[in-house]
Amino acid sequence: MDILFKVLIDPFLQMGAMPDLFVQTIWDGFVTGVLYALIALGFVLIFKASGVFNFAQGIMVVFAGLTLVGLYEMGLPAPLALLVTLGVMFVLALAIERVVLRPLVNQPDIILFMATFGITYFLIGLGELIFGGNPKQMITDQLFLPRGAIEVKMLGGFVQFQKIDIAAAVIAVVMIVALAVFFQKTRIGRALRAVADSHKAALSVGISLNQIWVIVWFTAGIVALVTGIMWGARSDVSFGLQVIALKALPVLILGGFTSVPGAIVGGLIIGIGEKLGEFYWGPLVGGGIESWLAYCIALGFLLFRPQGLFGDKIIERI
Amino acid sequence: MTRESIQKGEVLLAVDQVSLSFGGVKAITDVSFDIRKGEIRAIIGPNGAGKTSMLNVINGFYHPQQGKITFKGQTRSKMRPSVAAAQGIARTFQNVALFKGMSTLDNIMSGRTLKMHSNFFWQCLRHGPAMDEEIRHREFVEDIIDFLEIQAIRKVPVGKLPYGLQKRVELGRALAMEPDLLLLDEPMAGMNLEEKEDMSRFIIDVNTQYGTTIALIEHDMGVVMDLSDRVVVLEYGRKLADGTPDEVKADQNVIDAYLGVAH
Repeated sequence: MDILFKVLIDPFLQMGAMPDLFVQTIWDGFVTGVLYALIALGFVLIFKASGVFNFAQGIMVVFAGLTLVGLYEMGLPAPLALLVTLGVMFVLALAIERVVLRPLVNQPDIILFMATFGITYFLIGLGELIFGGNPKQMITDQLFLPRGAIEVKMLGGFVQFQKIDIAAAVIAVVMIVALAVFFQKTRIGRALRAVADSHKAALSVGISLNQIWVIVWFTAGIVALVTGIMWGARSDVSFGLQVIALKALPVLILGGFTSVPGAIVGGLIIGIGEKLGEFYWGPLVGGGIESWLAYCIALGFLLFRPQGLFGDKIIERI
Repeated sequence: MTRESIQKGEVLLAVDQVSLSFGGVKAITDVSFDIRKGEIRAIIGPNGAGKTSMLNVINGFYHPQQGKITFKGQTRSKMRPSVAAAQGIARTFQNVALFKGMSTLDNIMSGRTLKMHSNFFWQCLRHGPAMDEEIRHREFVEDIIDFLEIQAIRKVPVGKLPYGLQKRVELGRALAMEPDLLLLDEPMAGMNLEEKEDMSRFIIDVNTQYGTTIALIEHDMGVVMDLSDRVVVLEYGRKLADGTPDEVKADQNVIDAYLGVAH
């Protein structure tokens, strides 16, 4: 009975007893969730347009962040470094389309998936070769990102909001809205959705698959850069960061591999769930559940709703 | 462009001794025929005769091992689908290939892809030249929607539409490309009599009102003989007969192929 009380009732009593801590935990989870959502968004973009699960999205985040900081350290002013990094991500998209995707067109998905492993290790090597393997400090101030915290008195205590977290949330929301508008309302967005729906039909109306793939990978590169900046600002920019790509997996399973809103909602559920779990239930098993709770949630979803919350239900005619 | 240089009745597309095989399977063997500007040309034949393969060769999905194709005076042996589309070849598919998640309007708008040129920057802003362009093309698309009488389903995701209407939307998307040559792969497959009559009317109207040259594959012989100016018959990848509907109907080889012969 004691254990049941500790699992089922006590955490909620704690939440009620100290609502300020509860709000703080939710906020921390929300910010982490936004960043997860950004990573998952990069995956969804590429998966929708080309059916490839891009394992390299994690390293693209690191690579974009490293390039930005590396260029700044080489003496470029921060805004210029940002522009050049965007250029680098575009060249990367071009190169991936030309060297990896085009020769492998019409190959089974698993082949393309393995090819993204290749891209991952290539980028790790290239990044270390150019920028070295040491963690770097993100150039937060130079990019005019705010520092410090706002303390708000509420619910009989103080809740701390890091300014960088607020900025991250705002930028993520702006980017998601911009992407949504771009996808829904423009000719290129329409072409992207067309390719995602049917390659054959897209070709017949004159949409060039090669061009679309470059655009999609470049967009994923931009998302990676933003994620790299935001995540880098909270810790360091290092190759260790690429494991956050693995955190995108449960987010995608939860939200569905083909859904942009799914990536966002999935990211938030995982982010907030993790923090709440760690804070209120973690002590029961000696802490550290943050690192695996997400996968357990995803496992539960796989059992009952394998297509995710918003994913397309795949029905095949046999 | 050579767009206006070809007069009605002149050869728009010529297929010259084209052969296509997949490994050891010969889909098309040494087939030649032509399509003249302004006509409705039917390609008929039993199942597996290579009709769809022929359309796929013409719009660049398949690359023939032998033979040449001359379109608007330009001779080539293969080309990419996006280039074929840019040169004015539009098509529909046997099993309806629409963008199922998108609305009727967006599907037809996607046919305007090659006609829209505003740059990326303006598109992202949805302002200035991009907005003007969107409006101009939207007007064109609305005309097509009126023409095909599908006003009521403008905003419906096409995946939810009945099959007959999907075929109509697919025709609309092809028309939005303002093609010089329209390829229709079984435009009436799976339709009831009334839908077939509607579709026949649209095909004739497209041909007479816009002067679009049409090549179509169809199994309903009544429809084929009524609609088309000339018919080419394929069997086992070879050309069996070529001529006006009456000539083809009277051809002994064609009768044998369709009815079978006692050996």
